[in-house]
Amino acid sequence: MNNNYRYENRKFVIVAIVMAIVLVYIGRLFYLQILNDEYKEYADSNAFLDKTVYPSRGVMYDRTGKLLVSNQPAYDVMVCMRNVKDLDTLAFCQSLGITREFFDKRMADVKNRRLNPGYSSYTDQLFLSQLTAEDFAMFQEQLYKFNGFSIQRRAIRQYNYPVAGHLFGDLGEVSKKHIAADDYYVQGDFIGTQGIESYYEKQLRGEKGKERLLRDAYGRVKGRYMEGAMDVAPVPGKNLTLSIDIELQALAERLLQNKIGSVVAIEPSTGEVLCLASSPGFNPQMLTGRQRGENHRLLSKDKQKPLLNRAIQGTYPPGSTFKTSQALTYLQEGIITPETSFPCALGFRFKGLHVGCHAHSSPSALVPSLATSCNSYFCWGLYRMIGSEKYGSSQEAFTRWKDHMVSMGFGYRLGIDLPGEARGFIPNSAFYDKWYGGRWNGLTIISVSIGQGEVTLTPLQIANLGATIANRGYYIAPHVVKGIQDEALDSIYTTPKYTMVEKKHYETVAQGMREAVLNGTCRAANLPDIEVCGKTGTAQNRGKDHSAFMGFAPMNDPKIAVAVYVENGGFGAVYGVPIGALIMEKYLTGTLSEASEKKANDLQQRVIYYGNQER
Amino acid sequence: MAIRNVNLWRSIDWLTIILYFVLVLCGWLSICGASYDFGETDFLSFSSRAGKQLVWIGCALVLALVLLNIEKKYYEMFAYPVYAAFLLLLLVTIFVAPDIKGSHSWLVLGPIRIQPAEFSKFATALCMSRLLSTYGFSMEKRSDFIKMLAIIVVPMLLIVMQNETGSALVYLSFFFVLYREGMTGSLLALGVCAVVYFVIGVGQGENFFASMPVNVGQFIVFLLIPLFTALMLGVYGKQMRHAWLVAIVNLLGVLLAYLFSRFVIPFDICLVQLVLCGCTALYLLMVFLAERYASYLLIALFALGSVGFYYSCNMLIDKLQPHQQMRILVLLGIKDDPAGVGYNINQSKIAIGSGGLWGKGFLNGTQTKLNYVPEQDTDFIFCTIGEEQGFMGCTFILLLYAVFIIRIIMLAERQGSVRFTRVYGYSLAAILTFHLFVNVGMVIGLAPVIGIPLPFFSYGGSSLWGFTILLAILLRLDAERETRF
Repeated sequence: MNNNYRYENRKFVIVAIVMAIVLVYIGRLFYLQILNDEYKEYADSNAFLDKTVYPSRGVMYDRTGKLLVSNQPAYDVMVCMRNVKDLDTLAFCQSLGITREFFDKRMADVKNRRLNPGYSSYTDQLFLSQLTAEDFAMFQEQLYKFNGFSIQRRAIRQYNYPVAGHLFGDLGEVSKKHIAADDYYVQGDFIGTQGIESYYEKQLRGEKGKERLLRDAYGRVKGRYMEGAMDVAPVPGKNLTLSIDIELQALAERLLQNKIGSVVAIEPSTGEVLCLASSPGFNPQMLTGRQRGENHRLLSKDKQKPLLNRAIQGTYPPGSTFKTSQALTYLQEGIITPETSFPCALGFRFKGLHVGCHAHSSPSALVPSLATSCNSYFCWGLYRMIGSEKYGSSQEAFTRWKDHMVSMGFGYRLGIDLPGEARGFIPNSAFYDKWYGGRWNGLTIISVSIGQGEVTLTPLQIANLGATIANRGYYIAPHVVKGIQDEALDSIYTTPKYTMVEKKHYETVAQGMREAVLNGTCRAANLPDIEVCGKTGTAQNRGKDHSAFMGFAPMNDPKIAVAVYVENGGFGAVYGVPIGALIMEKYLTGTLSEASEKKANDLQQRVIYYGNQER
Repeated sequence: MAIRNVNLWRSIDWLTIILYFVLVLCGWLSICGASYDFGETDFLSFSSRAGKQLVWIGCALVLALVLLNIEKKYYEMFAYPVYAAFLLLLLVTIFVAPDIKGSHSWLVLGPIRIQPAEFSKFATALCMSRLLSTYGFSMEKRSDFIKMLAIIVVPMLLIVMQNETGSALVYLSFFFVLYREGMTGSLLALGVCAVVYFVIGVGQGENFFASMPVNVGQFIVFLLIPLFTALMLGVYGKQMRHAWLVAIVNLLGVLLAYLFSRFVIPFDICLVQLVLCGCTALYLLMVFLAERYASYLLIALFALGSVGFYYSCNMLIDKLQPHQQMRILVLLGIKDDPAGVGYNINQSKIAIGSGGLWGKGFLNGTQTKLNYVPEQDTDFIFCTIGEEQGFMGCTFILLLYAVFIIRIIMLAERQGSVRFTRVYGYSLAAILTFHLFVNVGMVIGLAPVIGIPLPFFSYGGSSLWGFTILLAILLRLDAERETRF
């Protein structure tokens, strides 16, 4: 049987082919499984859906421990397109209170991969965000009828007091810019856009957690990977304790009703802001939930600019409140002594220049001049200082003056822990050189000495001036957050800043302010049993005078410094003094006396008409 | 009968049986892995695929036991009738079978679905064995050769008509059997060359020399052509020096061209290769004219034909219908299109690639569980092994197959003068090899996506029973072997 054996060697060829196939395949597997890493990454991005677990945002308490801002559940309506069938569109729209057009547009937007890159018809997509609990209750009753729609819980801000909108700020959806600047954020996240929410965003937001879910080929979630062993728990945001006394804040806003203006109160020894009211304001709750966009639009269209935080963003001529800073400068520079008197004949009259003043005894020394708010005294002071030989030139003298102003916290931001603080304006020599072509002297710029002219301050800076006098020569950068959970405050909020003026001169000015309350322009601020020091301000401007007040109390152990600024309120004594007095009384005694309560109601009712002008 | 049985258990090849059980067990575990859904899956419940597969395995064992007890003479006796019966069944199936994903290959009998194409393999193997072992059969005789071809081609055609081209292609593996039985090797070599040129030439998308304007598929094919030519010269030529000359000159030429392209001016090396191939053919023509030896002319024609074949394949691809074209192109990596037709291969490569050295562990695969891999418990079952058992697991399975197939070849070879059993044994070995080649090749992205199962692994009764029957008959035939003198 030769034939059978002739080809026997061919078995080796066949075995070789089998082995070759197996070896080539093992080689290929070696390449796929060991040499090449990218498949592992593909597999992970295929199968793992890393779902973000949002931390709860830090809450805020006031200085007395009252809960001001917390989180509240809200509900997002989700839609899974694949499961939407037989939808009664009319009933659906009614239950959510939306129009048919809105419904159609949303459905189209959800499906639009350009607007919604993560779209899959198998997974839940956001249809409508932030339903309130009430809206949700109504929708939930009918939810069973709407195949494909579901509800996802999330948290929105809950404000327990209808005040301090400017202070808290609000949360808005992150913009492309935010996402580019900080990779913490992804599309749809919320970020603090104003106020404390914005300034303390990093502390409040916490750290996101991660849940690794398994996703099948259709995008459906099939459970947690390794029973959650790879999950990262979110770290809740840090809670903040504000230095604000919410009742004081509420009173300040109440007193400012129907007026445009600000009230700022500071605890002088710590720089803690006790209240920071700006009118007109808004209820912070307006800027949460679904109505946020619409409300924000309305507020920003309002001509009185309720979104503007005038307490730190408004810059005004400080008027006579500024005279205290002038007295301090002249004393320190040796231009005057407390005993120095200047004449006042219904004003400052010199070389044809006249700055008016009201009737009071003349000539007067410093303390009575402060008490009666004599314009002439401070004009003479500035005239002498600028003209003084010891500086060599007006420019040098004025530079010295400007340095004093800056050391008192004017002309630059005080560094409050809120976004958008304005600098105010303190002119320097170069400014006047440019303005007057180098030909100027003390008389040319005389109005800065009485807080008019080019000088502007924010109400916060005025209050800080009061705090500095109360401290007799230093201030701590004002701040609205006095404590961050597990974190120290920035050192600028604990380190005193000294001005260039000695303590004894402050004592003199404090006496002048005390005298103003006892026998001068601020008599309405005279509280029983409390030694109040004060200074009125009546700032001229294009319209009716602005009414201002700056004060602190008690005189020898100051607990509160306050600034009031009411636009077009007239004399300082009309609005500034009574509001300031009520704020001090409320804070120092914890309540308002019956008489004061009446006064407060009266003030609250008073309306200043501003017309229809853009403010 | 009692004596027979004692003899059977004594002379049966236990090693093959053990290998069979190991493969079936690994297969069942893979199905557990592939059908596991991270939930509380009860693998023993009949409602799960693993549970069902257990039942199929049980049935297969019963079937095997029955077949092992049928004497060899009956297999020889009934080879033709059985073959005829299956041809009839295949024919009937075309008309009776419902349309399942475009194919008409499943017979539905109540809850059970059977694919006759899986069973006709053993009938064809028996028939082939019977024909080749007929006294006086000779492949040199034209009538015998035609009969032989007909046995292979008729079931193929019927299966193609069922729209199961993949299963039909399996019958090509019988040519290996014929090769072993004396069919001229050059035919097989040409066939292998054609397949290699096609698979490599029409599509290596991965570019090895990224900086050079080279079609890598073309480069490899044009490198293989002179090498194959040299190999043929070595086998069929009169003098070895021609073979060496062709191999060395071509390799040197390509190397120089590569270096020039790499370090001087990047250009398409394939042009140089084309010229080299032309020169090789010309040289062989001259040798033919000088030595007057026909083989040189044929080899020269082989070289030229290879080049022509490469270009006509590329042309042919353009003539195919878009989806067919796509299927071929994608497999070959030309179109990188994860969401489209390439999706399956892509996901399959991801699943296997993510397994790493040791794999993710039994039941821990994410890609297969989450349905990223299509047909994960049938045609793409190898993915589950790749993902969960890693490179080590895959290598183990592949080597297990190699040992199994080689063992079967050994069984076939130890039959002495009994051509019937040898042909049958080789048929089984060839069918298994073809399935392994195409199925694993497809899953790892080296072969076309042809839907044929991985023997003993893919879920499904028909496939398991078909292979068990094939094996059981071989074991019975082998148990009755003659001792070789």
